Amino acid sequence: MTKPSGHRIGVYVCHCGVNISSVVNVTEVAAQAAKEDDVVLTKDYKFMCSAPGQDLIRADIAEHKLDRVVVAACSPRMHDDTFRGACAKAGLNPYFSHMVNIREQDSWVTKDKALATQKASALVRAAVRRVRRHEPLYSKEVDVQPGVLVIGGGIAGIQAALTIADGGQHVWLVEKEPTIGGHMARFDKTFPTLDCSACILTPKMNAVGSHPNITLLTSSEVKDVSGYIGNFKAVIETRARYVDHDVCNGCGLCMEKCPKKVPSEFDEGLVQRKAIYIPFPQAVPNKPVIDRDACTFFQNGKCKACEKICGPQAIRWDDKPRMTEVQVGSVVVATGFEMYRGPALAELGYGKYPEVYHALEFERLNNASGPTEGKIAMRDGRTPQSVAIVHCVGSRDKKYKPYCSRVCCMYSLKFAHLIKEKTGAEVWEFYIDVRSPGKAYEEFYDRIREEGTHLIRGKVGQVTDAALTDDERGKLIVVAEDTLAQQRLRVPVDMVILSPGLASAPKSLAVAQLLKCSTDKDGFLIEKHPKLAPIETATDGVFLAGCCQGPKDIPDTVAQAQAAASMSLQLVGKGKVLIEGRTAWADSELCSGCRICNSLCPYGAITFDEAKKVSVVNEVLCKGCGTCAAACPSGAAQARHFKDDQIFTEIEGVLAP
Amino acid sequence: MSEPRIVAFLCHWCSYTGADLAGTARIKYAPNVHIVRIMCSGRIEPQFLLKAFREGADGVLVCGCHPGDCHYHEGNYKCLRRFLMLQQMLGAYGIEQGRLRLEWVSASEGDRFAKLADEFTEQIRALGPLGGRAAFVEGTPQGGTSWAS
Repeated sequence: MTKPSGHRIGVYVCHCGVNISSVVNVTEVAAQAAKEDDVVLTKDYKFMCSAPGQDLIRADIAEHKLDRVVVAACSPRMHDDTFRGACAKAGLNPYFSHMVNIREQDSWVTKDKALATQKASALVRAAVRRVRRHEPLYSKEVDVQPGVLVIGGGIAGIQAALTIADGGQHVWLVEKEPTIGGHMARFDKTFPTLDCSACILTPKMNAVGSHPNITLLTSSEVKDVSGYIGNFKAVIETRARYVDHDVCNGCGLCMEKCPKKVPSEFDEGLVQRKAIYIPFPQAVPNKPVIDRDACTFFQNGKCKACEKICGPQAIRWDDKPRMTEVQVGSVVVATGFEMYRGPALAELGYGKYPEVYHALEFERLNNASGPTEGKIAMRDGRTPQSVAIVHCVGSRDKKYKPYCSRVCCMYSLKFAHLIKEKTGAEVWEFYIDVRSPGKAYEEFYDRIREEGTHLIRGKVGQVTDAALTDDERGKLIVVAEDTLAQQRLRVPVDMVILSPGLASAPKSLAVAQLLKCSTDKDGFLIEKHPKLAPIETATDGVFLAGCCQGPKDIPDTVAQAQAAASMSLQLVGKGKVLIEGRTAWADSELCSGCRICNSLCPYGAITFDEAKKVSVVNEVLCKGCGTCAAACPSGAAQARHFKDDQIFTEIEGVLAP
Repeated sequence: MSEPRIVAFLCHWCSYTGADLAGTARIKYAPNVHIVRIMCSGRIEPQFLLKAFREGADGVLVCGCHPGDCHYHEGNYKCLRRFLMLQQMLGAYGIEQGRLRLEWVSASEGDRFAKLADEFTEQIRALGPLGGRAAFVEGTPQGGTSWAS
């Protein structure tokens, strides 16, 4: 039950082409809305979000003196700002509009047309009753701190950092490993151009190392982030390196003298590194760190061989983790990916047969700076005469990773080319479908076929050393079905390369939680909108670059990094940002000074005024979650735009008979 | 036959986005579930849920971000505390505990939200109509009867 309040409400029902109108009877919804008190005008229109649709609202506000606007269309996540803008242009406070979601939450999810129409009418009724209670709200302009935090030092983070730094802003680039470079530093050639990965990456790495606008923090992780768009505060922990990089001259004598060897992470354990090490020759910074878990001195208190040889006396046994606190205007997340390493590899003999390699091992094996200096060789040093490459290991597989990783077909084809070029071996590729959507990618695929690689469409069921014939003896036998020829195949080869897809990096999840960004079911960070805001996140001022958002190749990663950089520059360069007026406030007349809200506020935005004995909300710090309003026993703390009476009337409207 | 009437309070960042995803993926679910958007499940006051029952809801669903994922750090934990307390009190109002449910739905769980909406609708259908306003005014629970109207 409502009473006329004297408001003049306009209700607009959008067809969204046929997205809504093919299921929901939009004229019926408009007619039902017209029966509500205070509704002076109802219209249904093909595309409310279009310029004519918005003009309709503007004109009606002027002509019919509308003071409240309800738009039943898509999700407010999509177009709330659009219709608020239309109201603002007509001189109406933007918060006097309200959106009703009858597309994502009605026409697209409801089979029965009558029930969908009924649901839309109920939701519109709720909005009409709610919008009457809306109050004018005003955005606040706040200053934006200069500087940007870039998390992750792979090609995405490197490119973002360079673009931002070249744009004149200071960048704090945080990398968890002792060097930047990420996965790209470990590749030999890049598809489809076959240019040398290191040759195109290392100049960028050096530029990061020497750029006056970049502070590089390696061996470091972001531990805490607070604040909001334009004003983030991050705490970064740099692990103890036990080498003073300000003193060390990078001569490398310590690494020669160190007696302790452990498997090299950079080379996928194919070779050993020392306990004091530089991950790879072109590392930035090109100065060693001590691996505490491997170092003999840290294990049994003896050795110090590195300290004895070190000319500049750079070894620091008492080095401690350091905390750095930075204040920035925006954050770029570039935490990358991890190659899938799950059980699908073992199913195909990885770990059981030494000549079964995964893609990253092969990248190192094939790399000029790798364990064999680029010679493609088996573990006994022989050159393989035949190689099988297995696509989609763990990918496009409901048991493991259901998605396509977009790069594996292409890097597998690249492997085939490199193997044939270097060894002349026979190469078999086993694929489900070859996916080559990219500039010059299909042409590269054609080239590989012409080079004589055997391309077999079919998933590999088994890799075994159980020979059935003399030809198979001493070989690895790849058992597969050729689905084009419709026959079972047993292909004996010397070497098998498994091509797994890209999985999300576990560290991304921790970073996402710090920044309050969501992750999808596969662990990749979710963008604000899959089509129209692929760089932004649900947290304003936080942007995504590279594979942390989903598998992609190097050109796409670089493009996204540059986009994230320009978004950051746009924000930081402008120096000001508007913050929504949708915050909490505490009515000092009603506040009893109990201070319950003070401790509940996650942002420390509520303080206690000792003189007046009431709680006060700092509206710049408040983000409008409404926890204080929910807990306030006297109703003094209120969440603007989500006040009790606004929600109560919405509930009444939804359930009205 | 009248249908179960359900109000679902969804936090903007995870659950409402998840419900939108169900739509984008065109996953069909029971139209009985009417969504009221709030910014955070921490905004949930016990009164909202009681108000919904009072106005005629047969079931009330509350959805927030998974623990650790709250956009506002810990609003969902605060929601959980209030929820558990209210659940204990529901009996005193003559409302079965099964009419109120709290679930964590992430922004990527469109299919899960749709399943949840269907499942909860069936759960309420099995409990029968609550009687809404009448039950509150008279103070007599009317749950457990059939859906005939």
